[in-house]
Amino acid sequence: MEGPTSTGIPNRKLAMWTFIGSECMLFGTLIATYMIYRGRNLVPPYPHDLLNIPFITVTTFVLLMSSLMMVLALAAVQRNDLRATKLWLALTALFGLIFLGGQYYEFSHFVHEGLPLSRNLFSSTFFVLTGTHGAHVAGGVIWLGTLLVRAIDGKLDARHAETVEIAGLYWHFVDVVWIILFTLIYLLV
Amino acid sequence: MAMTDAHSTGIWSWLTTVDHKRIAIMYFVAGFAFLLIAGFEGQLIRLQLAAPARSLLDPDLYNQLFTMHGTTMVFFAGMPLVVAFFNFVVPLQIGARDVAFPRLNAFSFWVFLFGGLFLYASVPLRVMPDGGWFAYMPLTNPEYSPGPGIDFYVLSLLISGVGSIAGGLNFLVTILNMRAPGMTFMRMPLFTWMALIVSALILLAFPPFTVGLIFMLFDRRFGTHFFDAAAGADPVLWQHLFWVFGHPEVYILILPAFGIVSDVIPTFSRKILFGYPVVVFSGVLIAFLGFGVWVHHMFSVGLGPVVNAVFGGATMLIAIPTGIKIFNWIATMWGGRLRFRTAMLFAAGLVATFTIGGLSGVMHSSPPADLQQTDTYFVVAHFHYVLIGGTVFGLFCGFYYWFPKATGRMLHEGLGQAHFWLSFLALNMTFFPMHFSGLLGMPRRTYTYAEGLGLEVFNLISTIGAFIFTLSFVPPVWNLWRARRRGEPAGHNPWDASTLEWTMASPPPHYNFAEIPTVDRRDPLWHPYIEPESRGDGDEPGGAVPRRQPHEPPAPVVMPNPSHWPLVLAVGMLLMTIGGLGSLGLTLFGLLVTAVGLFAWAFEPPFGEEAR
Repeated sequence: MEGPTSTGIPNRKLAMWTFIGSECMLFGTLIATYMIYRGRNLVPPYPHDLLNIPFITVTTFVLLMSSLMMVLALAAVQRNDLRATKLWLALTALFGLIFLGGQYYEFSHFVHEGLPLSRNLFSSTFFVLTGTHGAHVAGGVIWLGTLLVRAIDGKLDARHAETVEIAGLYWHFVDVVWIILFTLIYLLV
Repeated sequence: MAMTDAHSTGIWSWLTTVDHKRIAIMYFVAGFAFLLIAGFEGQLIRLQLAAPARSLLDPDLYNQLFTMHGTTMVFFAGMPLVVAFFNFVVPLQIGARDVAFPRLNAFSFWVFLFGGLFLYASVPLRVMPDGGWFAYMPLTNPEYSPGPGIDFYVLSLLISGVGSIAGGLNFLVTILNMRAPGMTFMRMPLFTWMALIVSALILLAFPPFTVGLIFMLFDRRFGTHFFDAAAGADPVLWQHLFWVFGHPEVYILILPAFGIVSDVIPTFSRKILFGYPVVVFSGVLIAFLGFGVWVHHMFSVGLGPVVNAVFGGATMLIAIPTGIKIFNWIATMWGGRLRFRTAMLFAAGLVATFTIGGLSGVMHSSPPADLQQTDTYFVVAHFHYVLIGGTVFGLFCGFYYWFPKATGRMLHEGLGQAHFWLSFLALNMTFFPMHFSGLLGMPRRTYTYAEGLGLEVFNLISTIGAFIFTLSFVPPVWNLWRARRRGEPAGHNPWDASTLEWTMASPPPHYNFAEIPTVDRRDPLWHPYIEPESRGDGDEPGGAVPRRQPHEPPAPVVMPNPSHWPLVLAVGMLLMTIGGLGSLGLTLFGLLVTAVGLFAWAFEPPFGEEAR
């Protein structure tokens, strides 16, 4: 079945690009909602009361570095360097986890400071937008973790480079989305 | 597992099938059942409105019925019937042995089915959603719709939306990537072209709706304020999110019908499609413009004259590519050797009735005119003309056209013609009078009307028409039943059509093509330079596609394995959906089942060696 394709792009890779296109509409809608409602919050606390830019800058940097680790993991698996593949995959997943940990800390801190999900318009838009992104990161970490386990079992080598590449496409996309969110939510506060 | 190969017919083989032809049949049966149910709901509405001040339905039940009627028709009848045709026809037309992701295809079907069944679980519980198929906020917020009815709406559309997006992704990749050698874009049959465009529409239009549904779910379940004016939000956001999906959705339903008639009219006119590239690009243009016209559903919101004027103008622009298509169909028929078999009757019927619906559409693309027509029966008349006269007629056209291919049996022509004329009469009788009752000011979604407003005659005619509509389903159902036993064998190409699906036996073998053909022209079976008699033997000059596939594949064909994991995954998502009604435990359990299904799916070998 998996013969040469009409476009020359493997089916799974084309599917991932297509999926990313669809995801752009998903995040686009969420971001548009956040931006439309920006500054319309009527009930405290307000974004500038809570958003901790230095802290999120650090976790943002960690997430961006995970994209670099992902690139290195793909390069390693392509040249069939399995030791390096395991290392870079593990670091990618670990950096993703650190980002998620930061998000967990941020969310619980906000709730502690009097901003539960149902508090106001800011809490609604903020938690659902960044939470959707966090869920995507979590899904990516599970995916990377699965690839890592496969690699440790010796079932991942250069023949599976395409699988790693597709996971990488997803991971980079999720990172790019975060750059937009970081700019619009935090830097423009 | 190994026992359930593609040849067996037990129930397990249907639950685990990944064969696009079987999935097509399941989509068709389920979609047709939902069509009958939703038609029955429409019939009840017409009975209530047959005369002024009737009390067959109380206002509350009436609201539930029109909501269920609209929601079912769009999401659980129209879309699955469209996707049934995608499934059956697209791989055959492009020369592929299946879709790009067969298990994902099965998954799409199961979540659609579970979404529909979940929605209908609200019927025995007597808590059907009652906010209209568009579920406008703030009417649907927890304060004004406290019961679980709207939750059934939100959750069923969330789960079936996942299936729609997966299906769009699957068919986009299939058409881009799985075409036979030589099947360039400008050689693709029109139905495949429209399936490609619609797949892109699904992928881009469903996410905003999904996000809107998630907002609504969160507002209802977790007390967020996305549509809460008191918190500074704007309930009109819901209308934007709904219609930025809802308008492309209209084209998701109509473009496949356009594709079907664009294949059928040439076949029964004995002429190639007039202006093929223009018809293709008109379809692309309709889809593109379709994303820029959603505000015409919201003219009466009061977004301002500039906004309304821009969206009104964009809406009028859509009439141009649509009109081009209609003229191309007429020009294809012009001077052709017409054969008015049932499929062709429905195609010609579509050209006529869709044009009527299109004309009233142009009328309310003008905001001042629309302000008079909004929420009246004039609009009801308009969209039933385009959805029945367009989509449903197109689907019936495709049904009569491809039924012989799918089953190997011919349908009875007389019963088919009776079906066409009955439904053609019923459509016009039911919905033409609504133009008048609407212009007289009869409001939609109101359970009754007063005597003496001049509405009685029009409503009575509409109701009689609706009865004839119900009656019009007798001939096709009888026809189906009859074809099982007494339908004549169809042969490879009963209509002498021009596209690849007519090269193999009917019904097609599970591997479709014994040999993947090489295509060197549009309408490959109508090579104009070869005499018809010499076309059968497979050794034509110029590499033309043989008229018949060989009986046996020359080498063993590797086909996808059946799998039960798509079903498990869908069950997991159904459990999560049910849990969404208020049980966190069930949601988490569903998540667990989903995760198990996902991992098992990922590590299951997708392909197996299949002997001939």
